[in-house]
Order: sequence, then C-alpha cells, then structure tokens
Amino acid sequence: MSAPEFTYEITRGFLPGHRACAGCGQATAIRLVMEVVGPKAVAANATGCLEVFSTPHPESAWGIPWIHSLFENQAAVASGIEAALKKQGKLAEGVKVLAFGGDGGTLDIGFGALSGMFERGHDVLYVCMDNEAYMNTGVQRSGSTPFGASTTTSPAGRRSFGEDRPKKDLPAIAAAHGIPYVATASVSLFADVRRKVKKALGIYGPRYIQIHVPCPRGWGYDEKLSLDVGRQAVECGLYPLVEWESGKVTRVRKIKKVPVEEYLKGQRRFRHLFRTEEGKAQIAHIQELADENIEKYGLVG
Amino acid sequence: MRKMIEGSRAVAEVVGLCRPDVISAYPITPQTHIVEELSQLVADGDIDAEYVRVESEHSAASVCLGAVAAGSRAYSATTSQGLMLMAEVLYNIAGMRLPLVITAVNRALSAPLSIWNDQQDTMALRDTGWLQLYGEDCQEVLDMHIQAQKITEDDRVLLPVMVCMDGFILTHTYESVDMPTQEQVDAFLPKYDPLYRLDPDNPYTLGAYAGPEMYQEVRYEIQRDALASKAVVKEVARDFQAAFGRWAGDVVDPYKCEGAETIFVALGSVVGTLKDWADVRREQGDKVGVLKLRCFRPFPQDELREALGTAKRVVVVEKAVGVGAYGIVASEVRAALYGQASTPQVSCAIAGLGGRDITFETLDEMLARAQAGETDFFAGLRTELLEAS
Repeated sequence: MSAPEFTYEITRGFLPGHRACAGCGQATAIRLVMEVVGPKAVAANATGCLEVFSTPHPESAWGIPWIHSLFENQAAVASGIEAALKKQGKLAEGVKVLAFGGDGGTLDIGFGALSGMFERGHDVLYVCMDNEAYMNTGVQRSGSTPFGASTTTSPAGRRSFGEDRPKKDLPAIAAAHGIPYVATASVSLFADVRRKVKKALGIYGPRYIQIHVPCPRGWGYDEKLSLDVGRQAVECGLYPLVEWESGKVTRVRKIKKVPVEEYLKGQRRFRHLFRTEEGKAQIAHIQELADENIEKYGLVG
Repeated sequence: MRKMIEGSRAVAEVVGLCRPDVISAYPITPQTHIVEELSQLVADGDIDAEYVRVESEHSAASVCLGAVAAGSRAYSATTSQGLMLMAEVLYNIAGMRLPLVITAVNRALSAPLSIWNDQQDTMALRDTGWLQLYGEDCQEVLDMHIQAQKITEDDRVLLPVMVCMDGFILTHTYESVDMPTQEQVDAFLPKYDPLYRLDPDNPYTLGAYAGPEMYQEVRYEIQRDALASKAVVKEVARDFQAAFGRWAGDVVDPYKCEGAETIFVALGSVVGTLKDWADVRREQGDKVGVLKLRCFRPFPQDELREALGTAKRVVVVEKAVGVGAYGIVASEVRAALYGQASTPQVSCAIAGLGGRDITFETLDEMLARAQAGETDFFAGLRTELLEAS
C-alpha cells in the first residue's frame, strides 16, 4: 500500500518542516489558525518559540508574507502594516493582518504596544500563544505563569512554592478596551479554535484570541499528552473559555468540573505541591482560583 | 516659493511634499511643532496619509517599520529620550534594510532632564546603520529631507536616514526658505516601489534569524553598503542641484578654509555661528576656516583628509561627550588623519551641552586654548559651579 499523497493545500499558510519540539502545543495551534485564515494574509510575529522554530534563515515555514521585528513591537508593526495596506486599498480587497506573540511578548514586554493597537482600533487579529512562561529562553516566569508553578526564575525551594502570584488576566484587560472581539481558546479543542478564528475574521477592528498551548518541555509531561493536558486545564476551570464582544461576555464553554489535582498532578512544574502538607494547602488555593472562574463565568450547569 | 516659516513647519510641509503614506509619531519637546503641523495637514486633507498616533516612540518606529515593509513610504520625527526609546527599533530597521527617513531633532539626554539642544542623542545612535545628515539652517534641513528620501530608497543603499536638526535653534526659528513645489518634488522623487514587500500574492519571510554561519555576512553587507552610500549622497546632491537650482551640500562643506592655519569642524546649526565668527577673525588677520560636517554617517574620511591635511591645527566643536574617553567626532577626525605625512593638532572642544549658547567668546576661548596646545577640553564651562573633585 502506498502512502497517501500529502497535500499542503489546507495548511499552506503554515507548512510542515518547521523545528518545533515534539508535542509542541503552539505548532498545532498555529496550524489550526492558518487553516482558517488561508493565504490572503500578512503576519507580524514577536520574537519567541513560534518565530524561532518557523524561520531559521534561510528556511521558512510560512506560506504567507510574514515579518519578525523584535520581542515587544509586533502589535505596532502590525498596526503599521495595517495602515499601509489600508492606504494601498488591500484591506478593502480582503487581505487580513495578523499579529502573533507568546505570553511573554504579549502580556509583559509587548503589553504597551498591544494596548495601543487595541485603543487605536486597527483591523488586526492578534493571536497570543499562551504557554505560561518564557519557554524560548528556558522556562522563566512570565506574567502569565499560573500560581504555584515552578519555573527557572520562580523555582520551588525550601522557602518557595513556586510562582506566588496569579496569572495576569489579559483577556479581561483586552475586553476592557471595548474591542469588538476577545476570546480564550485551547489548542486541545480544534473545532472551538477554528470557530473562534473564523468568527474573529468576520469582524472589523482589533481582535484578540489567547490560545492555551501546553509545552511538554516547560511544563514537564510526556509529549504525547499535550492535548490531554490542555483539555484538563479547561475542564477544571483554570483556563476558562470565554468570548467577549465589545467588552461584554457573550459566550462561555461549559465544563465538567474535574478537581484541579487531575490537571496539576501530571506536570513537573506542580509536582512539588504534592510532597508536603503546605503544598497541599497551595493546591487548595489553586482550587479556589478555579472555583472563582467557574462562578464568575458560570462554567458549570 | 519663498516664504517666512518656522523650521518645524517647514519640515512638516516638505515631508508632505515627499508624499508619505503612513506617518507615526509620539509627541516630545522640541519635536512637537513638526508633528502638530503634520497632523493638521492630514486633518485638512493636504497630505493623503494614514496618521498613526502611537503610545510611545518605540511603537512609532515600529509602525513605520511595518508600513515600509508592507511597501509604503513612512515618516516619523522624535528627539532625545524618544530616540533612545526607539534605539532598538532603529537598529532593526537598518538591519532589515528598510528605507525610512526620520527627523531627529537634537536635544540633550537625561539626567539631568533638559529639553534644550545638544547632539548627544544622535551621536549615541551613530552605529545603528542609519545614515546621518546634519543641517545648518532650516533651508538645508528642508532640502535634506528630499535628498534623504531619495538616498534611502536607492537600491544601492536601502539604509534608513536621520535628518538631524538642532532643537529650538532650528525647529523654533523663523527663516526665509525656498519651499519647492509638489511638481518639483514629484519629478525628483518617484513613487516608492520596493524590491520586496509583504504581499500575499508573492509572500516573503522578512526578519528571519541568522545563526553564526550567516549573521556576520549580513552585518558586513550593511557596513559595505553604508560606506559605499557616500557616492550616492554626493550623486543625490548633484541631482538635487540640477532639479531645484541650488547647491545643497556635499558630505563636507568648507568655508574660508583656503590658507587656514586653524580649521573648526562642526555639525549642525553652530556652523552658522562659526562662519560669522570666522569672518570677524579673518578681518582681524587670524587664519581660521570652518568645515561643516554635513554627513556624519557615512563618515567622509577621504574628504576630511583632503580638507584638513594642510592645516596647522583642527578644532572639533562637539555638542556631545564620549564619556570616559574623548569627543566622539574628534576621535573619528583624529583617526581619519592618522598616518598622514603631516598631521595637524586635533583639539576636541566640548561645548553647548544642554542648550548652553556657543557664542563668539566661546569660540575665542576654543581657539586660544587650541593655540596653547590643549587637545581635550570643555569650553564655556562655569567652573564656579563645579564641586571639588
């Protein structure tokens, strides 16, 4: 039996052959995004894993025009591309402008530029690949690192349970700008990601989608389990899937509500919490954080 | 057409004549009049451009980067702290070989905070890969903007250009200038048509990273082309003269240097003061001349050798400090003259920092101290204010 012929047609915005790690959540997520976006788009990409694994010169996995400038300016670069294409009449012809960044490049160092892009109303779809730490540089803590996670700069130790602050709620901050569309998504739910990207593409103005993308190297789990780990994050309430339109919550994805332990126990970054009684108290606090999300967004029922 | 106009507004008008598609800037004194006037010109429909009002200079430069990469002509203006905040992006624009002109209004750097003129800001950016032109008066600054747009978009160059303009001294001075017509500028400056752009019909990847096996060659090409751009700067100056009927500068510009024993080298508006002062001192029998350094990047080494080689001494008037070493321009002038059969004494006279006026008295002091053999000093220093070291 011969192998089925492989076609690049549906993934021609983002092609195979890149250098992402096995099991990389965002390599799958970007494929899902680009399947929906198609070839008639231009992207500005922050420095980070996605940039590095897709464009080691002279190779490129991108089938669309794509630019990488710096770590913190992708929202501004995309703003400039959008302004230029508007002037050239290409936006009116249906060319889409995209911006991509990781959680560090989006929530931390690129936050000012992102807020500026929102506030000015540029017609850009910004997709944040949220793997909850600076993975490209070796798993350092970011503003998106969740409470209790051990990273190389918020390590668990004799006097530390790891990260001691909750995750920055950027989707809510984005929604507070009153932009037309904000959504959180998980790479584990393919149809949901596709639907949200499709919905975003149909709306004019700044749009923000934050996709939870598990990282086997940074989180410490078997690389074949990425989609399972991502699904658990959603089902326990720690990663609520919510959509906002013009600042108002319009849709949430209901969950089964599994205990957070189910999600935490399989990951090296939370392993220290299970070893002591004090650690278990921290797990109880993480459960409270999940319960707050469940109540705030009505995730159950 | 001749008109009496403030330097900033003259810049805004000429930028408009260059037909930018995208303008992006963040307000900062003393650049503000430029961007205010541009905003008004856009608001009135006199400039057909997208004006992107950003939240920082870092984003202003980034918006321009994106716009140029997408195939449009862009423009920004800033100064001092704004230039420092842009610095990261400025290196990136040059490294990606994106043609862009910005007006770099010269202002002191904090601390202490000072909104007044010196040239520490653009001197700090001399190694970014941007070409740097320094204007003596508003007319020259105006003309430089047209030339700069032509230089940066030349396929042999494709390096961005900063037109440096002394804050307040030029930006806020009314001067009679000859403003070219739109037809003249259109004839001189064809529509921007880049070799590569972000176009879905012909997708390119821009800004890929380079490993150790590639990086050095990219940087070498930037250096090679920056050095070679001197010929383009000269060529554009000649073309400009043919098109607009006035000579608007070579890479260096001598004034009364024939038979001069002492030649003062300077950049920007202080050159005007120096010329007036040289007239007076010449009448008094002192053999002084002035060499305007119009183009600091690319650095005109050959021209400096030729212009300065026969002088007895050279005084470099510096509005910046190479802290912990010597004057920045003086160091480069010394290097340019090194190894000649007879090398003039090169004195570095730092003055005019943070808006301190450089007066005839300051220049008299510089000449006297250089004649006495001093090679590195601050002129016009208020020694009574200094704390004991």
